[in-house]
Amino acid sequence: MTALVTNLLLFGRVLRAAGLQVHHGRLVDAIRALEWTGVGSRNDVRAVLRALLVHRHDDLAIFDEAFDLFFRAHGSSELNLPLFSLGERARVVAKREAGVPPRVEVEDIAGGTSSAAAFAVGAYSPVEVSRSKDFGEFTAGELEAARRLLLRMPWDPGLRRTRRWERATQGPIDLRRILRRNVMRGGALVDLPRRVRREAPRPIVVLADVSGSMDRYSRVLLYFACGLARSAGHVESFLFATRLTRVTRRVAAPGGHRAVTRLVRELQDWGGGTRIGEALRTFNTTWARRVMRHGPVVLIVSDGWDRGDPALLDRELARVRRSCARLIWLNPLLGSARYEPLTRGMQMALQHVDDFLPVHNLTSVERLATHLRRLPQGRHGTHRHV
Amino acid sequence: MTLGPGSAPASVDALQQALAEEQYIAERALAVPIYLALRLKRPLFLEGEAGVGKTEVAKALAAALHTSLIRLQCYEGLDVSHAVYEWNYPRQLLEIRLLETTPDLDRTAVARELFTETFLIKRPLLRALEETGDRPPVLLIDEIDRADEEFEGYLLEFLSDFQVTIPELGTIRASQPPVVVVTSNRTREVHDALKRRCVYSWIPYPDFEKELTIVTSKVPGASARLAREVTAFVQELRTADLYKSAGISETLDWAAALVALDREVLDADVIEETLGLLLKNQEDIDSVRGERIQTLLARAMDLAAR
Repeated sequence: MTALVTNLLLFGRVLRAAGLQVHHGRLVDAIRALEWTGVGSRNDVRAVLRALLVHRHDDLAIFDEAFDLFFRAHGSSELNLPLFSLGERARVVAKREAGVPPRVEVEDIAGGTSSAAAFAVGAYSPVEVSRSKDFGEFTAGELEAARRLLLRMPWDPGLRRTRRWERATQGPIDLRRILRRNVMRGGALVDLPRRVRREAPRPIVVLADVSGSMDRYSRVLLYFACGLARSAGHVESFLFATRLTRVTRRVAAPGGHRAVTRLVRELQDWGGGTRIGEALRTFNTTWARRVMRHGPVVLIVSDGWDRGDPALLDRELARVRRSCARLIWLNPLLGSARYEPLTRGMQMALQHVDDFLPVHNLTSVERLATHLRRLPQGRHGTHRHV
Repeated sequence: MTLGPGSAPASVDALQQALAEEQYIAERALAVPIYLALRLKRPLFLEGEAGVGKTEVAKALAAALHTSLIRLQCYEGLDVSHAVYEWNYPRQLLEIRLLETTPDLDRTAVARELFTETFLIKRPLLRALEETGDRPPVLLIDEIDRADEEFEGYLLEFLSDFQVTIPELGTIRASQPPVVVVTSNRTREVHDALKRRCVYSWIPYPDFEKELTIVTSKVPGASARLAREVTAFVQELRTADLYKSAGISETLDWAAALVALDREVLDADVIEETLGLLLKNQEDIDSVRGERIQTLLARAMDLAAR
């Protein structure tokens, strides 16, 4: 039994090292539980530990990985092994395979060959940025200044009405409270309490195109997305080129600009062509059910250069529109007076979007902020900005 | 009767058997968490796609434990007056009117009388505490992901103390804490603080063998061949890229429909005609219809023949 306890404690450490939250209380539960179920069957031991030590679906894969590694290597009752190497191995394997971001981040300041290194420094930059200059023509210094502006920009996405009531001085009469309050006074109506629907910030979903054709804008637009996620509360962020990746947690992480810098650096790997339709399909099948609750405002940031199937884009965009409160397409090319949305993808998209807005300089971002603040409460309100 | 009245199952095997008697097939990976939740007296948190049988677990468990099932369906805006208790105001007002006609009214006595259990409407959480049978009831808190965070906070408190305070009446404590089953379709992440109190289990879609057993036991009218083919087709259909996959209940409805149509075997035509029972999304139906049915059916026949 003591060997088992030691093993379990060690296993708990392995899981923690792999990024799971394992509480001592749960380990104690696990020890009790294994006394009842016995340790004869590997599958039972796995089921017990899984039920008690894991409480997130995302962690199950890491758990299984760690479990196999830990209990295959040395059985469940013997213990004579180099402890730390074991923890290390589990950590490395579990991380690599399950795609968990590494815990220790060393900021790569000196070694960077790309201009991304300039952002990593985050040093004060005295450069003034013109509000009307196109993002695509920014110098490194201006980019740095824009980064600091965009990350700190205040956003107000407007409110949505929730289903929950709260007390108010105006609004419909709260029958329940009237009765409760006045029953004690013999049933006479003395005061009339009122109630209104509580309001909560409207959720936002950002889908940003980071493919090759968006190259000149991706970096700034990523800063824009991060600033939005940090300031507006309920924001879900996704990046796409040929595939779609959710970056909500990384973008909204409060810890400085490290996460952003890393994302920016990874942008190089994205590049390539855009398949907007396929990206939206992945979004609709895999994520929509989880992130499209409460009628969000959906912001698609893309130049509309689509190399995929236009019929697919049409279908998926229609579906996105049906499940959101407002669909806004932000196109950096729209800033140019000569631009006309002639690409097939853009033509298709225009039939579905509520607003088609430029996002090419700081003024356009500010205008977007004003626009979001003034959105009507209902779904797909009437006025269109095309 | 595998389980004695009021007794927790003696082993995982006993629990599996008791659930099987209620026609619920729980594999080891699910039976162990249920068993642990009962032994550790902690809530059982079941997460999984819609239609994998999460709610069924609570129903089967209540039947296997020979106790009652109290169900709280969650929705956005769910609050204490719908989850815990509410005063029956219309009745109280009526009572006041009646009392007004009585001479020599004792005012304090009236106030005391108006706030007694007679005028209390008990909602599921309170009922679960007050259940006075010789066995604790099973309390099913269904689709917690639909409720808002405020309710989750309340639930956290409820699950740690199993007591409810009603200002006019005092604190009501459970004589025996209910067996709690919480389910979530994972339309959002439920807060870790709540999940940490629970025994967690993720329920995947069943594999071929398990689903076949379910179909044969729940749709006894289906021939062995039809049951195999139906199950195999649904299994293949779940691998297709769809907005919403078919759950177990869809499989059962479909099998029952095919039996009602006197079908002994599957073919592309009958699938086409009855596809609406499996897929509830027009885009999904359109994308599967036609050629894709043939491909899926061919693969399903392979699987069924194995």
